[in-house]
Amino acid sequence: MASATQKAVGGTYMSIGATKATESKPRGARGPGRAGRIANLESADVEFINVTKTFNDANAVDDLNLRVEAGEFFSLLGPSGCGKTTSLRMLGGFEDPTKGRILLGGQDVTNLPPYRRDVNTVFQSYALFPHLNVYENVAFGLRRQRIEKNEIKRRVGEMLEIVDLPNYEKRQSSQLSGGQQQRVALARALVNQPKLLLLDEPMSALDAKLRRQMQIELKRIQTQVGITFLYVTHDQEEAMTMSDRLAVMWHGRIEGMGTPKDVYDSPTTEFVASFLGASNLLAGSIVSTSGSRTTIAIDGGGTIVVPADHVPDLGGSTAVKVGVRPEKIGILPADAVVASDHNSIGGRVRVSTFTGVGNQYIVETNLGVEVTAYAQNIGHQLAPRSGDEVILSWPVEHTFTVKPLPTTVEINETEGD
Amino acid sequence: MEQLVPPDHAGGVAPRRTRRVGRALAPYLLSLPSGLWLLLLFLVPLVLMLSLSLKTCSPSTGACVMAWHWGEFSSEMSLYHQEFITSLYFAAAATVVDLIISFPIAYWIAFYGGRRKNFFLLMLLVPFFVSFVIRTIVWEFVLSNNGVILGALKHIHLLPSGFHILGTSYAVMAGLAYNYLPFTALPLYVALERIDRRVLEAAYDLYATKRVGFMKVIMPLAVPGIFAAFLLTFIPMFGDYVNQEILGGTSNTMIGTVIQNQFLVTLDYAGGASLSAILLVVALLGIFLYARLLGSRTIEQYL
Ligand SMILES: Nc1ncnc2c1ncn2[C@@H]1O[C@H](COP(=O)(O)OP(=O)(O)OP(=O)(O)O)[C@@H](O)[C@H]1O
Ligand SMILES: [Mg+2]
Repeated sequence: MASATQKAVGGTYMSIGATKATESKPRGARGPGRAGRIANLESADVEFINVTKTFNDANAVDDLNLRVEAGEFFSLLGPSGCGKTTSLRMLGGFEDPTKGRILLGGQDVTNLPPYRRDVNTVFQSYALFPHLNVYENVAFGLRRQRIEKNEIKRRVGEMLEIVDLPNYEKRQSSQLSGGQQQRVALARALVNQPKLLLLDEPMSALDAKLRRQMQIELKRIQTQVGITFLYVTHDQEEAMTMSDRLAVMWHGRIEGMGTPKDVYDSPTTEFVASFLGASNLLAGSIVSTSGSRTTIAIDGGGTIVVPADHVPDLGGSTAVKVGVRPEKIGILPADAVVASDHNSIGGRVRVSTFTGVGNQYIVETNLGVEVTAYAQNIGHQLAPRSGDEVILSWPVEHTFTVKPLPTTVEINETEGD
Repeated sequence: MEQLVPPDHAGGVAPRRTRRVGRALAPYLLSLPSGLWLLLLFLVPLVLMLSLSLKTCSPSTGACVMAWHWGEFSSEMSLYHQEFITSLYFAAAATVVDLIISFPIAYWIAFYGGRRKNFFLLMLLVPFFVSFVIRTIVWEFVLSNNGVILGALKHIHLLPSGFHILGTSYAVMAGLAYNYLPFTALPLYVALERIDRRVLEAAYDLYATKRVGFMKVIMPLAVPGIFAAFLLTFIPMFGDYVNQEILGGTSNTMIGTVIQNQFLVTLDYAGGASLSAILLVVALLGIFLYARLLGSRTIEQYL
């Protein structure tokens, strides 16, 4: 099954590429919208310039500046209600920005209606046409572009194959399961091969296996056809594995942006550090910097050394938070010698939980704060039990510093995936 | 199968059974009041009327005897087919007028009414808080030969002094169209209001212009509403006699007027009953057609 799909698909994109070139002319001449759309056929870059969207006096999107390169797979992450859908809707043309401009392929599209933008959307709510069957749903965009009948038939057939819904053409959309509807929504947008595809949690209703399969297909289409993807997801792992770059949004602003590795390993704000994966954060203040190392005095006592170039701009203040990821921490016996260029904190194990792939420890440190550490289940290292005295140690390189949030702000929407 | 019943259920067979019987009866008990209501006030009169149409009645005393007189239907039809055709024509024309007038109103309220949708609907319905007959009499007054409109137009010589509307077919159709407007506007509004705006956005996303979105999404999704509006307007109009009586003349008699006359003036009960039966069959045919074309479930949403 999988290999059959693979094969059909392999041939697909070669031929689509070929038709696209020969077809571009009549399509532009006769189609209602394409002619008015942006001229070059390659994928387009996206730019939000100081975009603000206000609903009832509240900023859903707040002075957003974002640039997505052509052909890039870019993900937007963030807690519920942070403005991800609103950003996509402005790009799709369904919402007018209160302030700012939006560029698509270098052209200002801020005031262009949706049908004039070579952008397709996979809506969070699917929004399938209830009066049309699966085939007509997927063919809708192609019909609007006056593509020839046989060509439509071929492309719809191929796309339904890709989303694993062959022989569903005649089904009414109300007769589909949630996951099937979502795949039809995906097919309906993908089949048009737009320059930019907006995907608003396009796989939230799929099971793990199907999701994996679709992720691979999406990534393949994105690289082969060169579509720019702007992808919204709540699944952090999905965002990290698929994205070229990602951004973490919070209260309508971008809190952190970069490659998944950069954002994960060196978060620059407290919000990003705690939203993306798990972090141990210790409040402290900068004492001194010498060479490539900065020393930070932790509020409960003791010092921690961090790479100097990772210290963010604190705007004159010396208050920072020092962070380390649980899986970067090694657990040593209380009498062990800590390696050079490592930070360490002593403490007592409070909770030890076996999770299958590893052990999770909650350690009551001598600084009065709890630190979570995570050790992989490789079998031959120390497995302390609760009550044991231990030393936590990790390389200076894996320590990051973030600007603390104002104390009045609570990160209450954070959801641990 | 028996073995699957947990042991603690074995002892409780008797009370369980009665409880189960009670539960099975509950829906019937609950529907008893409305069932009786329908039976006594709807079904019984209907059967009486149908049987009446097969009886022969004495024109002097009004007493009727069952005669299984099936010929009644054909003889009534041959006598009054012209009135049937007139009714059909008036009702169809007035329904079409209503659809044409209501659609833009319903569309505008549903899509651009914003938070004041209910207010606009109320404004649409306010005139209809007045009794049907009184409204029609007011129309008679408005359309009268020397009334506010025609009188004024005649006064400034825009119309010849002999011009009149009352008594013509146009007056009847205008009255019908006016009186039944809410029956068209409300189902249309419901149908348009129910359309998911996100689906419309999806159409725009897929390169549909406003016009294409209207033709390919709004119209198809409004079809059940249009059909419901048609039925709800057309059927009562077809049997209406008030408008024709008050606004019409002698040359454009509708079937409703005939039936009313037969019952109340000529006391031809059998004739009136058989014409009513024919009217009923026409209405049922319309509903049957609707159910066949659009599914029986959709009709309930508009009633
Ligand atoms: N049409 C609207 N009118 C008023 N407020 C709105 C509207 N649309 C969105 N909002 C508000 O804007 C904020 C951002 O909403 P948005 O839908 O962009 O969130 P999101 O990041 O997509 O969340 P989720 O992950 O739950 O989908 C929310 O606080 C929401 O309540
Ligand atoms: Mg959303």
